[in-house]
Amino acid sequence: MMEKGIFKLTICSLAVICACGCARRHSITMAGSTAFLPFAEQLAEDYMKKFPGTNINVQGGGSAVGIQSALNGTAQIGMADLITLPESAKDLKKFVAANDGICLIVHPSNKVENLTTKQIRGIYSGEIKNWKEVGGIDKPITVVSREAGSGTRSSFEDLMFKGIKLAGSAIIGDSNGTVREMVINDPYAIGYISHGVVNEKVKALKVDGVPPEYDNFVCGRYKLLRPIYLLIRAEYETQTKEILEYILGPEGQDTIKEQGLIPAGACGKY
Amino acid sequence: MKNAKEVVVEKSLMLIAFSAIFMLFLIAVFIFKEGSPLIFKIGLKNFILSAKWSPLEGQFGILAMIIGSLWITAGALVIGVPLGLGCAILLSEFLPRGITAFLKPTIELLAGIPSVVYGFIGVVVLVPFIRERFGGPGLSVLAGSIILGIMILPTIISISIDALQAVPRSYREGSLALGATQWQTISMVTLKAARSGILASIILGMGRAVGETMAVIMVAGNAVKIPNSIFNPARTLTTNIALEMGFATGDHRAALFATGVVLFVIIMILNILANYAFGKRK
Repeated sequence: MMEKGIFKLTICSLAVICACGCARRHSITMAGSTAFLPFAEQLAEDYMKKFPGTNINVQGGGSAVGIQSALNGTAQIGMADLITLPESAKDLKKFVAANDGICLIVHPSNKVENLTTKQIRGIYSGEIKNWKEVGGIDKPITVVSREAGSGTRSSFEDLMFKGIKLAGSAIIGDSNGTVREMVINDPYAIGYISHGVVNEKVKALKVDGVPPEYDNFVCGRYKLLRPIYLLIRAEYETQTKEILEYILGPEGQDTIKEQGLIPAGACGKY
Repeated sequence: MKNAKEVVVEKSLMLIAFSAIFMLFLIAVFIFKEGSPLIFKIGLKNFILSAKWSPLEGQFGILAMIIGSLWITAGALVIGVPLGLGCAILLSEFLPRGITAFLKPTIELLAGIPSVVYGFIGVVVLVPFIRERFGGPGLSVLAGSIILGIMILPTIISISIDALQAVPRSYREGSLALGATQWQTISMVTLKAARSGILASIILGMGRAVGETMAVIMVAGNAVKIPNSIFNPARTLTTNIALEMGFATGDHRAALFATGVVLFVIIMILNILANYAFGKRK
């Protein structure tokens, strides 16, 4: 008898605790793309300031994690920065939150200002080995790429050289920041990073004569542009409706623009 | 009858001890469970004897990483062993005990520096130096070997000192009494007597070098290609796992666990060798 009573009491108190916890805080988790992470954090912070009482959790992990966690429900919103989403993501609702340019960067002392698509393909496939072949000095090119599975790498390859294999001698950096650091430190290196991460210590190249500038991104003149997707499972749609409207609405898009990404609607259709 | 309290303490200590071993066992089972199906699927030969690694196109050959690991580890030993052994001999045979007692813990402190710090020093100091002196990207087998060579010093030095100090005084006295010089005594008597302990220290250092990840990611360049000179970039087994784990799904993820299986086997072999070397001393 006694034991049963205690058992009932425990169940009741658990239920009460749970109810309190659930009612007090409306909690949403966003996870995925490291390229979008800083922007997502900013958006979440603004949103929580505007609507106190909501709690938004932002986690990184990469695009693959974004897709996975959206699929299995560990995050209500998955973030992925791939051009082509994998087959497994086809049942998720997709929203383009922003666009992100990919810049080819070299050391500021490098005299090369422009590369054509063909030259970039040549460099990354290992056919062009020396800067003098593309109008630079007589030094071997240090090709820097990203690890297999990275969203930036797969977008870059999708846009630039589908079907061509990356040169085996390419050095691999494990994040946008690492690639930038490698290029800063090596006068003969070339790498590619999200344009939001470009700083004054590296030089972003023109691609086919188009400089990587805001206007060219918006109008799609600059080739290397990828969408940043928010992925949501159908049953979380109502729960995430407000935050999604905020991000895709004028306020969210202004924040995205201020922070250096390209607002989603700006390109017309991507 | 045994004191009940004692029994309780004894049993709970045993439980704690076994839980540590159980953890290790679980980790091993997990790695093999996740990794070995892929090895069977593509064949062991295709997995460890092919250098074609493009996981998104279904090519899982880790030969380049195995050779990368071997090169970098061998390089680390070439740098770390003479330095470490020399240091151990100086500390145990030439310097007064008081100074050794102060210097040995200081050297052991080196083991407590996080590997990312070693890697950072490698990136800002060593890599530009190699690039300017020898050409190439600087991020290379050589850079990895030098950094790892320094990182394994504390292991080699501290275990070697213990081995050298364990050699009975009478051995040295006997040798000196027979007219041998101090150097002859060290090279022919003391080092020989401490051989198994020194060997064990080298094998443990080697295990540390094979397993090190962060510092190597930062300085070795991580290119998926069999290096043909020490100035080429290389990728090791551990860096392969760490670099791609964050993004990997499906077979790609399984291939990284399979890389872990290979690494596990290599490290187990090294540890068994080290235990054998230790055991021989007794």
